[in-house]
Amino acid sequence: MDRRKSIKALLITGASAGVLVEACKNADKKITDASSVSANPFLGPDRMAEEIKHYEKVAAEKFFDDHEMKTIRVLSDIIIPKDEVSGSATEAKVPEFIEFIVNDMPEHQLPLRGGLRWLDMQCLNKYNHAFVDCTTQQQIEMVDAIAYPNKAKPEMSQGVAFFNKMRDLVVTGFYTSEMGVKDIGYMGNVPNQWNGVPDEVLKQYGLAYSEKELKECAHYDKA
Amino acid sequence: MGELQIKKETKQYDAIIIGSGAGGGMAAYVLAKAGLKVCMLEAGPNYDPAVNSDQLKNPWDSPRRGASTKFRPFGDFDGCYWGWEIDGEPYTHANGTKWEWWRARMVGGRTNHWGRISLRFGPKDFKRKSIDGLGDDWPIGYEDVKPYYDKIDQLIGVFGTNEGLPNDPDGIFLPPPKPRLHELMLKKAAGGINIPVIPSRLSILTKPINKDRGACFFCAQCNRSCKVYGDFSSSSVLVKPALATGNLDLITNAMAREILTGNDGLATGVSYVNKTDMLEYQVKGRVVILGASACESARLLLNSKSTRHPNGLANSSNVVGKYLHDSTGAGMGGVLPQLFGRKRYNEDGVGGMHVYTPWWLDNKKLDFPRGYHIEYWGGMQQPAYGIGMGIQSQNGKFAVNGKTKEPGGYGASLKEDVRFFYGASFGMAGRGEAIARADSYCEIDPNVVDKYGIPVLRFNTTYTDYEIKQAKHMHETFQEIMHQMGAIITWGGDNGPQNNWGLANPGNIIHEAGTVRMGNDPKTSALNKWSQAHDCKNLFCVDGGQFVSQADKNITWTILALSMRASEYIIDQMKKQNI
Repeated sequence: MDRRKSIKALLITGASAGVLVEACKNADKKITDASSVSANPFLGPDRMAEEIKHYEKVAAEKFFDDHEMKTIRVLSDIIIPKDEVSGSATEAKVPEFIEFIVNDMPEHQLPLRGGLRWLDMQCLNKYNHAFVDCTTQQQIEMVDAIAYPNKAKPEMSQGVAFFNKMRDLVVTGFYTSEMGVKDIGYMGNVPNQWNGVPDEVLKQYGLAYSEKELKECAHYDKA
Repeated sequence: MGELQIKKETKQYDAIIIGSGAGGGMAAYVLAKAGLKVCMLEAGPNYDPAVNSDQLKNPWDSPRRGASTKFRPFGDFDGCYWGWEIDGEPYTHANGTKWEWWRARMVGGRTNHWGRISLRFGPKDFKRKSIDGLGDDWPIGYEDVKPYYDKIDQLIGVFGTNEGLPNDPDGIFLPPPKPRLHELMLKKAAGGINIPVIPSRLSILTKPINKDRGACFFCAQCNRSCKVYGDFSSSSVLVKPALATGNLDLITNAMAREILTGNDGLATGVSYVNKTDMLEYQVKGRVVILGASACESARLLLNSKSTRHPNGLANSSNVVGKYLHDSTGAGMGGVLPQLFGRKRYNEDGVGGMHVYTPWWLDNKKLDFPRGYHIEYWGGMQQPAYGIGMGIQSQNGKFAVNGKTKEPGGYGASLKEDVRFFYGASFGMAGRGEAIARADSYCEIDPNVVDKYGIPVLRFNTTYTDYEIKQAKHMHETFQEIMHQMGAIITWGGDNGPQNNWGLANPGNIIHEAGTVRMGNDPKTSALNKWSQAHDCKNLFCVDGGQFVSQADKNITWTILALSMRASEYIIDQMKKQNI
């Protein structure tokens, strides 16, 4: 298949299967296929029947109650607020990701539920309110007490463990969202031609391709 | 289920192939092209990378952001159905041993997601016993396989360079991609300590080779399989053209139960269960070719008992299941501080490393008998589940944009940290040769069956000091390379005698081989040098099972070469009416 045509097909169709299958079609296929694969438009990626069943099961579960979700939203935006580069965790739908991932990875459930309750009890004792009902200043004061593992007080250790987990999930949820990937500057995952490290980057690190490399490696004329 | 009955296919095939991966796919390709009527049984569903690949998906296209599940242990977009465990298909272990068994259930098998590392065995790799007295020599040598490597290089396509190395033979290569930034740093650092780093040899098309396949467009996602067939998968490169001949019938979701034999002891066909309707079927053929994977092929042979073959088929030698071995593996990783805050550009390249280290030392001067090669990775990769986790162990250790911070934290400062550290990771892994031993094996578990009622495998595999000392050497080499690069080790550095220097459990590297080995003596081998069973001349095994030893090379290219060789032999023997 012509490379340009094939890449064009990928770009035009998005899902791309139809055009490519047409383009690469083989003659008289004889497959007795009792295939268990089906395409579920809601899932995006190619899935086995067993995966779809699993997904539908976990997606239908609801682990956190409304209060817990509200707390997760507030914490998410404290951990990843809007800045000059990108938006906030809630704008990137990180709480929704967390709501799903605890069903997919049940090992997160207990530490998060218990940690949220731990946080509320700390706030109740100190400020007479659950975390979400505290003032912003109180919330930040609480977070400051558990966000820095090395300087947190020993009695805060459970809170540190909880906040480490929250931070992990919020950061990973954000930087795998469309907004986060743009923020971090990942520029790949698109059809292109690899001609090596850009010259200015080579120069920055005092590196250069050897004569041998330049001679033997693939080089592409960019159209 | 209604009345249980066995449905017998009336069509008589020239060949029945069990499995559609590298071995089975190549056999189907050669035999169907030659005009033989071929039936292929595959235990999983159909899979065509053009249709099914999750290439060019973004992390947010996955609700779990690319994290793994038991269905896809290498991540949500990985092009492999199943992995370490399959619902309803258990395997067991003897004596607390720890074999990890990867099984793909799909057309093309594991070749849809493999690393495309396509290394020829060298002349020494076929004659290890003659060199170090361990294991056995193959009944063939490099000169027997070289013509097939040459043909496969051209048929399938592989990039690399001719380096004139004594035991890493030259090939017919497409041009390799230029090294990435961290790979240039590696070359410079390793060169200073005399560790060679050369262009890798991957079956990825850096140039088009025919009209049926597109060339690589550098998305770095070969593990998801390629929609334009720009890399090698058995599904797209072998099974699909075999189907196009009209000579191949592919039956998917067909779980082979046993190989049927007649009163004369010859194979007559295969019985299988159709996983969709759960009915029992039989298909008849003039030859039966096993390409189900080393362990699955051994399981089938051991489960195919008859009065003529009371110890299982092709097993009068009692070697089937024995000599099971995997590549050894250990790794180390960290960060390259010089890459913190690096300039962004698209450095995807091909799927996998652009350079690697072939084995470079003389084992006669070392305290372990076999070598290893080193694979590398790093750079600005597509974000996935796990990115930014554990930041509290990084952002206190390294100044961020000139500021020393308290570890942990949150807010805009945390976002700055994640951006700063992105793209600076670097790691490596050794893949070495283990000794194939009779006392490291799989066998049929007398007590356990799978959901189809097929007796399952029980593993009993161990490593010896040879492999542990090799892993120790890997560890020391990795440390040296990391040090020379100015890297900070973040994982693998703590490996030591307490965990066998990070030596992975056998099976974990997914290069299992040796269970149906070839040899000249029918008393000590299951197959002759043509991959043909000593005890049953119309039965062949073309997967990793036939390997006598597996070198410090990934085995796929040799599986392909041996399968092509065996298939041409089958055609020849059929013409001569010998089978």
